[in-house]
Amino acid sequence: MRPFAYRRASDPADAVRSAAGAGPPTEAPVQYLAGGTTLIDLMKLDVMRPEQVVDLNGLSGELGGVEADARGLRLGAMTRMAEAARHPAVLRDYPAIAQSLRLAASPQIRNMASLGGNVLQRTRCNYFRFTDFAECNKRVPGSGCAAMQGVNRKHAVLGVSDHCIASYPGDFATALAALGAEVEIAGAGGARRMAFEELHRLPGDTPNVETTLAPGDLILGFFVPAGPWTRRSLYLKLRDRESYEFALASAAVALELDRDVVRQARIGLGGVAAKPWRSHEAEAALIGRRLDEIGAGRAAQAAFASARTHGDNAYKVELGKRTLTRALLAAGRLEV
Amino acid sequence: MERTGVSRRGLLGATAATAAAAPMVGKAAEAAQPRAESGGVPVTLEVNGQRRTLDLDPRMTLLDALRERLSLTGSKKGCDHGQCGACTVLVGGRRILSCLTFAVSVREPVTTIEGLAEGGRLHPMQAAFIEHDAFQCGYCTPGQILSAVACVQEGHAASAAEIREYMSGNLCRCAAYPHIVAAVQQAGPQMRA
Repeated sequence: MRPFAYRRASDPADAVRSAAGAGPPTEAPVQYLAGGTTLIDLMKLDVMRPEQVVDLNGLSGELGGVEADARGLRLGAMTRMAEAARHPAVLRDYPAIAQSLRLAASPQIRNMASLGGNVLQRTRCNYFRFTDFAECNKRVPGSGCAAMQGVNRKHAVLGVSDHCIASYPGDFATALAALGAEVEIAGAGGARRMAFEELHRLPGDTPNVETTLAPGDLILGFFVPAGPWTRRSLYLKLRDRESYEFALASAAVALELDRDVVRQARIGLGGVAAKPWRSHEAEAALIGRRLDEIGAGRAAQAAFASARTHGDNAYKVELGKRTLTRALLAAGRLEV
Repeated sequence: MERTGVSRRGLLGATAATAAAAPMVGKAAEAAQPRAESGGVPVTLEVNGQRRTLDLDPRMTLLDALRERLSLTGSKKGCDHGQCGACTVLVGGRRILSCLTFAVSVREPVTTIEGLAEGGRLHPMQAAFIEHDAFQCGYCTPGQILSAVACVQEGHAASAAEIREYMSGNLCRCAAYPHIVAAVQQAGPQMRA
């Protein structure tokens, strides 16, 4: 690992001041340390090379915590995944969020990883993670994409470009995207709030620019608006092994039903897309229709209409459709 | 806490010096060497009830600090990338991966496998692992035992299925899993008693 200077942030404003800069934040010389489960891993692999690490773990008090009221759910960025996953209000009123957290990683990692850091975790694409591969547009802009012709069984089929087919690996962010969450950010220009859907960028021709954040921008927390659909929500995750594995395909769904007719639908897809994916197409296909196998199947068809495959990952279109269909029908059967 | 005489670690190091190829040991030794450009930082760690102040390279993980600086070699380095659980320790009572934790960032007391027994008496989880033959090579065992202690304390050991799910962060390539589940099932009620 390359040498770096270590510093503890005294408060959020101090953190922002010490890390502010220009360019993509993942390449910035100053990096925040929260749980460390992505950063330290990628520093050991020489993929991330910060000159200074600013430790946020002393800010768990002011940036942590879970609060729920009639307007919605607020999750502090330094809340650990395990803490949010077991919060009674999350379990009762936002089951898709609780499940997305509980089904992610391992108990040890869920004790470590912060919610803010979790949504910014990097792809698991091996051509990105291992520097022996010369071609990776995300790691070395302009170098090419070894995954296109390589082993790409786990790669994305939605939102990909000719420059990158890496999949976004997270579960929690998929649930946040589905439920129309907002993200609160402190930056050099003060605090701001935006739709969580706008936090991550599609790869396009700059896959190294993963978010709309600037260096120094600090995620303070997330807000999930309340709605009659949040209780009728779930997160379904399919993977190579039963536990401690990333999704091959996953679906976060939330429904408001009038008998068997869909009034409102919120749909997120994981493991199949370049970023935390909300499928407005699938939602539009469901609203006003009956929730049965035909209706759910039509929504799944719409969700993957724009899919692009690259050989090994062709199966993900069918797997993704079946995952979404199954999740929708299961959500319809929930007693809320 | 720091032991005197010939430790297993020192012996391994000496062996590595004479061997041409010992990639794991070589890698660990390199990681443990503070380099001049990364100035040392004073770090106070409370490990198994004892406070120790060390001058550490900020790059040093908690795992390397325990093993290389405090001679607590019970915590094992498996993958060193947070994928196997061999390095599991308790920090502030919560199970974490010491290979993905910088020692300088640790603020709460650390418990390692060396700190579980009390007054020469094995912790019920240690005794249960022996009784149920819950290991073969033993390399993953310290991490398994600390993870299992936390699994019970978290209230995630009510059934075999729940134990399997909440122990999934600890891999055992000897595949002693059924015996590990049995050991946790036995030790759970004993810990609560």
